[in-house]
Amino acid sequence: MSLGLGVAQLAAPETVRRISGVDDSLTSRAVVPLVGARELVHAAGLLTSRRKSVWAWTRVAGDAMDLTALGMALAHRGGRRRRRLVGVTGAVVAITVLDLLTAVQATRTREIGSVPALRRSRKGGSMELTATTTIRKPASEVYAFWRDLENLPTFMAHLEQVRATGDRTSHWSAGAPFGTNVEWDAEIIDEAPGERIAWRSTGHADVPNSGTVRFVPAPDGVSTEVHVVLVYDIPGGAVGKAVAKYFGEEPHQQLDDDLRRLKQVLETGEVVRSDGAPWGKRARKEFPQRPAQPLSDAELAKGADA
Amino acid sequence: MRANTWAGRNKVEVRDVPDPKILNKRDAIVRITSTAICGSDLHLVNGYVPTMQDGDVMGHEFMGEVIEVGPGVDPDRLRVGDRVVVPFPIACGACAACAAEMYSCCENSNPNAGIAEKMFGHPVAGIFGYSHLTGGFAGGQAQYARVPFADVGPLKIESDLSDEQVLFLSDILPTGYMGAEMCDIRPSDVVAVWGAGPVGQFAMDSARVLGAAKVIAIDKEPYRLEMAERAGYTPVNFEEVDVRSRLLELTGGRGPDKCIDAVGLEATHGSAHIAAYDRVKQAVRSETERPHALRQAIMSCRSGGVVSVIGVYGGLMDKFPAGAWMNRALTLRTGQCHVQRYMKPLLQRIERGEIDPTRIITHTMPLDEAERGFDIFKNKQDNCEKIVLKP
Repeated sequence: MSLGLGVAQLAAPETVRRISGVDDSLTSRAVVPLVGARELVHAAGLLTSRRKSVWAWTRVAGDAMDLTALGMALAHRGGRRRRRLVGVTGAVVAITVLDLLTAVQATRTREIGSVPALRRSRKGGSMELTATTTIRKPASEVYAFWRDLENLPTFMAHLEQVRATGDRTSHWSAGAPFGTNVEWDAEIIDEAPGERIAWRSTGHADVPNSGTVRFVPAPDGVSTEVHVVLVYDIPGGAVGKAVAKYFGEEPHQQLDDDLRRLKQVLETGEVVRSDGAPWGKRARKEFPQRPAQPLSDAELAKGADA
Repeated sequence: MRANTWAGRNKVEVRDVPDPKILNKRDAIVRITSTAICGSDLHLVNGYVPTMQDGDVMGHEFMGEVIEVGPGVDPDRLRVGDRVVVPFPIACGACAACAAEMYSCCENSNPNAGIAEKMFGHPVAGIFGYSHLTGGFAGGQAQYARVPFADVGPLKIESDLSDEQVLFLSDILPTGYMGAEMCDIRPSDVVAVWGAGPVGQFAMDSARVLGAAKVIAIDKEPYRLEMAERAGYTPVNFEEVDVRSRLLELTGGRGPDKCIDAVGLEATHGSAHIAAYDRVKQAVRSETERPHALRQAIMSCRSGGVVSVIGVYGGLMDKFPAGAWMNRALTLRTGQCHVQRYMKPLLQRIERGEIDPTRIITHTMPLDEAERGFDIFKNKQDNCEKIVLKP
């Protein structure tokens, strides 16, 4: 059904807009093909993915969006357009109920057959992230930059501050979803200069974590491969992860982006900014961008403490 | 300042926007004296490159005078008052790609590398005024522009050459040249160039400069083919003749030794049903390209020849003739131009009179008329080949 709806909305948006009674609005000209494109995403997901329940839930979320849009449209329409809208809304309500039932059922089926690892992450549990990059600087230099832990917040988006409290101990603070803050103490448990640093959180950390970074000379004889492994407990399990994802804070992507900025800092001296993405390492979410035109003084001032 | 901005599909608009400011230590601000409309701007305006936003300042071919430099700019390389041509790819000069002179693949200049990585597998360099996929940098169809890594890319012009003689060093001249250079031209080679637009014309000039025996121009616009013919190239109008047959005729049945695709994803084509197939797939976004020129180049090229692609492609294509490519030992070479690599040697060729970039300019107009300029360039009205805008 997603497939049919999507193709119809993309191929004949005018007809779809007329049938549904929103053909008098400029917004609908943009919204209808977009919704069509989204339907195709659902269809592709449902048809190809093994994780059907997840895709079924995306349909439910899509339905909720549609109902909201239709509700907004209903409030502004009268006469024949309103009657058509009421009809379409009724149909979407029915589809939503169907999708909801399907999603619930798919999730139940999945729980029975789900792998143990997934169960663990539902209840919260440890998550391992790996990322790697190559930096065109010698290993000794990359190691020295990382070993000065107070440098980490210059490229790690989440970290607010790292303060060295001793030769091997440090205090960390980081931002978390919904504007909350988490803090913890950490200690270096293993290190080999120019090669490796390993650390773990100590005491009662909000998010117990540990990590290792290895610095390996690259085959070109000039560069250093940086290999990072982070292990930490996801707050709130799968829900926490889903929420984090929704806010653009998908942990794996974030670690990749962190290493990209580390590379920028070491190779060019700073984090590169553009007019459309001017906030440097503070840009936690890549997708919401401002137009690529110079910033006004007010925007620039806002950016400094965004 | 005034700037030409993307205002939605098929729409540009000259608006008032804030003046650019230094954001990174190695930025410079350039007061633009000349800028141009590029064929690849049309891919943005026509809506084929994703991640454009209402208000994005367009333009990636520009030159002017440096009026401000950041504290990190090397004074031996660039100072206030210098007259510079700015290359369209933004390159840091320090990463492995830059070290290998592959500036358009710079690993550090795209703040939206995460988005580009999803689209292309690996990120590409930032480009001025060329979507958020390539960094979200404001472009140069404006009175002023911010230029990051200003001590790496911009080329100082110290002679009294006119803007018109050097402006195209920012993109289309090096792009055409790289297209020809990737062909490894030998003195006996026949080179066929698909597309007689500005980049195609420069690819032809470059093929000749590099020693090609014969250069063939393929297009459908009579005025473009005439321009190529006046410059000494053999025109082939694909609306009047079957291109492959004509190329075989011109080469004793061998096919061109080297083929250059200077068309890219919006190719038009004489055969209605293949054109319709690509157009429909493109419209429902299951294919981003209309790759007709590329398919034809691969099918026409002599066995063991080189197909060099400088036309812009955006994403995924269908019906790529892999059989012809593999069975006939073809070499496929491509890339966004590594402009920084070619600017100085091409400047010398201009100074020596080997290439005259001004031959393609048909229109010059004020920046405020950019909207009209896009319209006549896009619709090939008024025999329009290349438009220079004066802010």
